[in-house]
Amino acid sequence: MPIKIRGRLARGIAAACLVAAGLTGFSGAAAAQTTVRLMHVEANPNYVAVWRKLADDYQTQHPGVTIDLQFLENEAFKAKLPTLLQSNDAPDLFYSWSGGVLKAQAEAGAVQDLTERMQADDGAWAKSFSPAALAGSTINDKTLCVPLKMSMTGFFYNKALFEKAGVDGTEIRTWDDLMAAVEKLKAAGIVPIAGGGGDKWPLHFYWSYLALRLGGEPAFTAAKAGEDGGFTAPPFVEAFAKLKELGEAEPFQPGYLGTRWQDTLALFGDGRAAMLLTFDDSANRQAAAAADGKGIPREGLGTFPFPAVSGGASQGSETFGGVNCWAVSRNASDEAIAFVRWFSGPEAQRVMAENGMLIPAAAGADAGIKDPIVKGFAEELGRSSYHQIFLDQDLGPSVGRVVNDMTMEVVSGQLEPDEAAQEIQDAFELE
Amino acid sequence: MSDAAGIIERPSPVASRGRAPSRRRAGAVGGHHRNIGGVWPVLVLFLPPALVLFTLFVILPMGEAAWYSLFDWSGYGAPEDFVGLKNFETLWRNGAFRTALTNNGLIILVSLALQLPLALWLATLVSHRIPGTTAFRLVFFLPYVLADVAAGLIWRFIYDGDYGLVASLASLVGIATPYVLADRDYAIYAVLAVVVWKYFGFHMMLFIAGLQSIDKSLYEAADLDGATPWQKFRTITLPLLSPTIRLSVFFSVIGSLQLFDMIMPLTGGGPSNSTQTMVTFLYTYGVTRMKVGFGSAIGVVLFLICVTLAFSYRRIFMRHD
Repeated sequence: MPIKIRGRLARGIAAACLVAAGLTGFSGAAAAQTTVRLMHVEANPNYVAVWRKLADDYQTQHPGVTIDLQFLENEAFKAKLPTLLQSNDAPDLFYSWSGGVLKAQAEAGAVQDLTERMQADDGAWAKSFSPAALAGSTINDKTLCVPLKMSMTGFFYNKALFEKAGVDGTEIRTWDDLMAAVEKLKAAGIVPIAGGGGDKWPLHFYWSYLALRLGGEPAFTAAKAGEDGGFTAPPFVEAFAKLKELGEAEPFQPGYLGTRWQDTLALFGDGRAAMLLTFDDSANRQAAAAADGKGIPREGLGTFPFPAVSGGASQGSETFGGVNCWAVSRNASDEAIAFVRWFSGPEAQRVMAENGMLIPAAAGADAGIKDPIVKGFAEELGRSSYHQIFLDQDLGPSVGRVVNDMTMEVVSGQLEPDEAAQEIQDAFELE
Repeated sequence: MSDAAGIIERPSPVASRGRAPSRRRAGAVGGHHRNIGGVWPVLVLFLPPALVLFTLFVILPMGEAAWYSLFDWSGYGAPEDFVGLKNFETLWRNGAFRTALTNNGLIILVSLALQLPLALWLATLVSHRIPGTTAFRLVFFLPYVLADVAAGLIWRFIYDGDYGLVASLASLVGIATPYVLADRDYAIYAVLAVVVWKYFGFHMMLFIAGLQSIDKSLYEAADLDGATPWQKFRTITLPLLSPTIRLSVFFSVIGSLQLFDMIMPLTGGGPSNSTQTMVTFLYTYGVTRMKVGFGSAIGVVLFLICVTLAFSYRRIFMRHD
């Protein structure tokens, strides 16, 4: 009976799919319009509205082109993309974090190599971006995507809660300062840090930054080349030890192992946790996620860079964050490329910057940043000696997920630092 | 239910079978030579569509999965890096996979030891044709109607330690709020509770159908003989319901092995892989990590487990149905 029913159902679905596929194929051919499909993961409705407005403007200037913005939730997007890109249903343009994932997509021929287009006319297109953004979108001398934004992570704090606990946010410069602040906040009955353990990656910021402060650029360059014991080198193990120390101080809200990212933002925005290690544009993000839709007002928010670690090799000038860009899929039309060139050009990015959405990747669009918080991050990024891209993207999907998993295991006291480092190295060697 | 067994072709059902079907079949046999010219056109016309679809969407993907499982492949391009059985080896050594296997076992156990008795008990309560029982049936059946993902989201909210029902209950009783879904020791039990809640209604419906097909006169006779309710249940209900129970167990086992959609919104397999099932493990380690070769190996193992269970179960327990 069950087999029979399932068989019938499957056949029914299969037939329906065939019909549907036929229909879409037909309607696609019949349409006179060119539709450019762009797939993104932006969950903030205000940001999407800005994009939609820009796309509408583009449509009016270019009759015959329809811009279709499609949203997929972050995790679903990452999981669905491999299948989608190899089907005929691939979007023309899609959001990318660059790094190992993009490299894998390029090697499989799923995305276009844009180097020639970028370098044409004496590199006119390439020159429209800041060198760091272009470098972040270039892998093995091939430009594989169109830079959209630079992002950086740092601590945000709730000034009111800090004051209540007698902590001065501007004075947190070292890891020990941070740990002392955690203790003080706890003593005042305040949850020190909002932690998004349910999604794992929000906590990988801690380990990555710790390793960056401890080992600096040389440690990462060596590890990625598989030298000096790779990720089992002292800075990485030491970073896990510090992370364990942080976990043992119990700085996060109860149940943080199950808290998803949007809830983490809400936690901070609602004033139920004092700090959050997050992206530069989080003033907007916490507001959108907060229960009242407003969150903490700008003047109530403070920021400080990830603290230095005593005995570390770095001077604290390395930054951790991302380069986000639009990848152009294999079968993308020329219209799609023309659109993305405009969409990530100085004019459009200035509008996005004016809305506090991003640190633009386009050269000269920085002037559009009005938000003092984002401006602060942008300036710090400008001074950065080394910008490490999010490890869960940079190291590729497989090793990256192991990094996230290991961060969780160590911070929750399930695994020892050296074991976690070894697991990452094992995964890295398997690649 | 007797027709259900017809899927497994058996040589001579006619002689041993009951009344109506045997008469129909006898008629068909009688008219056999008249139809002989009609068999081939029917075969040529009706078999290919089903066969092609079945091959295309069932056999072929299975074969492909088995083939991919021998490669280290990201899912992009064509698989080239042949690694033999290494994926299976890695799988065997993976601690999270063992947790997933144990969890699947636990889900089967709970389904059989808790869910089925509960469903049977409720079925005996609401199967009588007295006013009001339909309302209860509807209420008990509602969770099953709900989409798995929706159920997962609802329960995620119920379990929420800050705003959820559990939080309000805890503060009402005056104890510290448990964050069940964030606790690697208890999260799986929270998931199990949702599984039971979600599926008992379905099994209850099966049992109600089974109960209503039992001849009422048997109970009347038992009443005349002065049988106690327990005696009636043990000697009439249970034996006559046994085909339904066997079917229900079969559904439970197969359903438990395939559990996925509800876990993803609830816990996503976390914390620390403690609520991973085989399918969520496949998704997490195969799909999201772009290890399609490894994922296929998991799929092959899952398939083998399902097939072995399904066939041996049918062979051993459902032989007479």
